[in-house]
Amino acid sequence: MRPERHDIELSVNGTTYRSAVESRTLLSDFLRHDLELAGTHVGCEHGVCGACTILFDGAPVRSCLMLAVQANGHELSTVEGLADSNGELHPVQQAMHDHHGLQCGYCTPGILMTMTAFLKQNPEPSEHEVREALSGNLCRCTGYQNIVDAMLAAAQTMRAAAP
Amino acid sequence: MKPAPFKYIAASSFDHALALKAQYGDEARFLAGGQSLIPAMNFRLARPAVLIDINGLGELAGAGAAEGGEIRVGALTRYHVLERDTKFLAACPLFADALPHIAHPQIRNRGTIGGNLSHADPASELPAIAVAMQARMRIKSAKGEREVAASEFFQGLLTTDIQSDEMLVGIAFPAPTARTGTCFMEVARRRGDFALAGVAAIMTTDAQARCLQMRLALCGVGETPVDASAAAASLIGQPCTGEAIEAVAAEVRGMIDPSGNVHASPDYQRHIAGVLTQRAIGAAYSRTGHAA
Repeated sequence: MRPERHDIELSVNGTTYRSAVESRTLLSDFLRHDLELAGTHVGCEHGVCGACTILFDGAPVRSCLMLAVQANGHELSTVEGLADSNGELHPVQQAMHDHHGLQCGYCTPGILMTMTAFLKQNPEPSEHEVREALSGNLCRCTGYQNIVDAMLAAAQTMRAAAP
Repeated sequence: MKPAPFKYIAASSFDHALALKAQYGDEARFLAGGQSLIPAMNFRLARPAVLIDINGLGELAGAGAAEGGEIRVGALTRYHVLERDTKFLAACPLFADALPHIAHPQIRNRGTIGGNLSHADPASELPAIAVAMQARMRIKSAKGEREVAASEFFQGLLTTDIQSDEMLVGIAFPAPTARTGTCFMEVARRRGDFALAGVAAIMTTDAQARCLQMRLALCGVGETPVDASAAAASLIGQPCTGEAIEAVAAEVRGMIDPSGNVHASPDYQRHIAGVLTQRAIGAAYSRTGHAA
């Protein structure tokens, strides 16, 4: 049987892509293999670890729990879109660097996407709120403390930079 | 890891979705948030031949007060929409207690009320809340529509009363009356995990602060949500003393038959169900506005 394919058009980090995808292709695999945006990591592939978190129309979602065909007509953001075109890191990335918020880095893209959306929505979070927002992203290296510190620092940087 | 092959159809209208389900029957599954279905497909525990994507059917989403003092929630309403709907949460404070316990923010951005209830995981919060609130499940097919009480809707582990040509389109429940207090509590091994036990309590008191009506439902301790309201019958007409509430907790511990899991023995589940029952009833009582 020839696999059924669907034509899709979507925007990722402001770039429009057109592709034909098999129904069963997961969005995470589509981003990595078809668009070659391998910054989105794949961990558990059943929605537990959070490594594959991307922004779907601005909201953090697990890309392993969506089909590529469902992204037709939608706007996605991945970790590749965080730094600006000159290579300057996003404040959340810079804070992770400054506070040693990563070790192996496997979970980091998912955490960055989750937390950039969170800090946009909640620019002045408490430590508890940061931990709550992080609860859907597993990290086995850091013990989270440095990530929490990084996010509180990033929030401060972003507030200072806001007009 | 990827799902077995299937045919994907994005429903262009509600009638289209129902016509497709009538055509494909048990071979087809509706795709709403996909937060339980897609993982099951990734593991190939579920292998539907056809997926009918209903995410484009905006008319199935939304929550609010309807005529006759009842509250309706559309099946495609996502958790995060309810979490941010202060008017809805004020009217249904049980949801305000329960929603933060449901998985993680990323899951709540996609997961839907109807998907959760149709999936009927007994450890999930919403089935127990639907039972406690005496929700009516609104079900449609190409042939017509019907309503089923939540207590009859959940028939077994991951099994509901929905027939092969039907869709759960929403739930409706009575708006809480005056002097009503509610509380949902659960214990899970980690934040966002399924509950080892959870309790939803709804109490209405009379003008003398005696219990007039009590609804009690548990999740995580059986093959379906457990309606334990009968265990609270001894409270009716009584002041809510610590002893009276402890008697209800003892009754609940005796009536449930949890299976135990990797995180908790049946005895431990029974113990926490009792503790949570006590605390949830106490909190619901204090929220009726009558407690000293």
